[in-house]
Amino acid sequence: MSGVRALVLEQVPALRRYARALTGDRERADDLVQDTLARALSRLHLWRPAASIRPWLFTIMHNLFLNERRRASRMVPLGADPAEPAADRADSRALLDDLDRALGQLPEEQRAAVLLVGVEEMSYEDAANILGIPIGTLMSRLSRGREQLRRLLDGDGRPRIRRVK
Amino acid sequence: MTGAPISDSDVQAFVDGRLAPARAAEIEAWLAERPEEAARVAALRQDRDALRAAYGPIAAEPLPARLVAALERPPAPAWRRVAAAVLVFAAGAAAGLAGGYYGWPNEPERRDVVRAAIGAHRVFVPEVRHPVEVAANEEAHLVQWLSKRLGHKLKAPDLTASGFRLVGGRLLAENGRPAALFMYENAAGQRITIHCVAEPRAGETAFLYRKVDGVSAFYWIDEKLAYAVIGTVEREKLHEVARAVYAALEKK
Repeated sequence: MSGVRALVLEQVPALRRYARALTGDRERADDLVQDTLARALSRLHLWRPAASIRPWLFTIMHNLFLNERRRASRMVPLGADPAEPAADRADSRALLDDLDRALGQLPEEQRAAVLLVGVEEMSYEDAANILGIPIGTLMSRLSRGREQLRRLLDGDGRPRIRRVK
Repeated sequence: MTGAPISDSDVQAFVDGRLAPARAAEIEAWLAERPEEAARVAALRQDRDALRAAYGPIAAEPLPARLVAALERPPAPAWRRVAAAVLVFAAGAAAGLAGGYYGWPNEPERRDVVRAAIGAHRVFVPEVRHPVEVAANEEAHLVQWLSKRLGHKLKAPDLTASGFRLVGGRLLAENGRPAALFMYENAAGQRITIHCVAEPRAGETAFLYRKVDGVSAFYWIDEKLAYAVIGTVEREKLHEVARAVYAALEKK
């Protein structure tokens, strides 16, 4: 594997993590990663080695995600599964399910901001560039997304996730 | 102390621990006088930590082979991409026949076809009394009917050499399009299905392999039909069947 490909490979775990949280679905997430890798390889000549490869790959993934969403929006959404009692499930699984459900209720633009900054620990500048928005817009999406997440995890009379443990 | 008013962006940067120490101290002092806001900020941090805890382990998982393979495969040579583009153009189809070089179609529409085919396999294969709409004893009628609905000449290939005999078939509705399913069974009672759907963009791909929750599929496009051969038999056996199907369809 050439040097650049090895650099791309190093980013695959983070791309999978982000894709999984963004889509809420393991298989779709890996499809998205695979598409991202294929597109990145076909465009390696466009990548400037002086720039970090990580934001570049996340930008490709974000654009592919938007394309897929536009296409999928033609289908009728089925809505979230009714919540099962968290106590019936393994703790880590329950945490993941609760968070998937809560993230799934955020507008995608807010979900992406919350995940890029909070989980991927991207700088605000990188996150804004990935999403193609000014920093001010990123901060406002981040703030609204986090606030809605807090209400979702607080609300519905359900205990907040960390107390389920 | 800068004494600047505290904005929502400051609060976010505080949650993320990205403020200069002096500014962070100001926010802390500000929060100390506002217990409700302090509780909210603490909750935001806890939510962020919960997200990290829940999704973090995904980055520690072994990588799926198909992703590693996607990086190891040499990119398609430029002439091949050009040839594909010319083919698509000539067929008057939408742009972008890039799928197929990495073992799994890179185009979402094509992937949906494979997902739908695997889904139909899961639904109908366990059926005991009504696995098919038209049974093999009416094969000619079955093939004629499905060909008419799909608008393409279909065929139920003879797979006896691989140990599978035709059970029958049915018409499927997939995203509002007709699709055909042929079901086969071997002496051990193992079933495989062949799934056909019209492919609006003409083209040709190599065999692509996919396994989802124990169900495997070989998928390819030949002229204007997309085919999938699906089963839970081991990969080599399924590959053999897929090759037999391909060969049978070649002999028009």
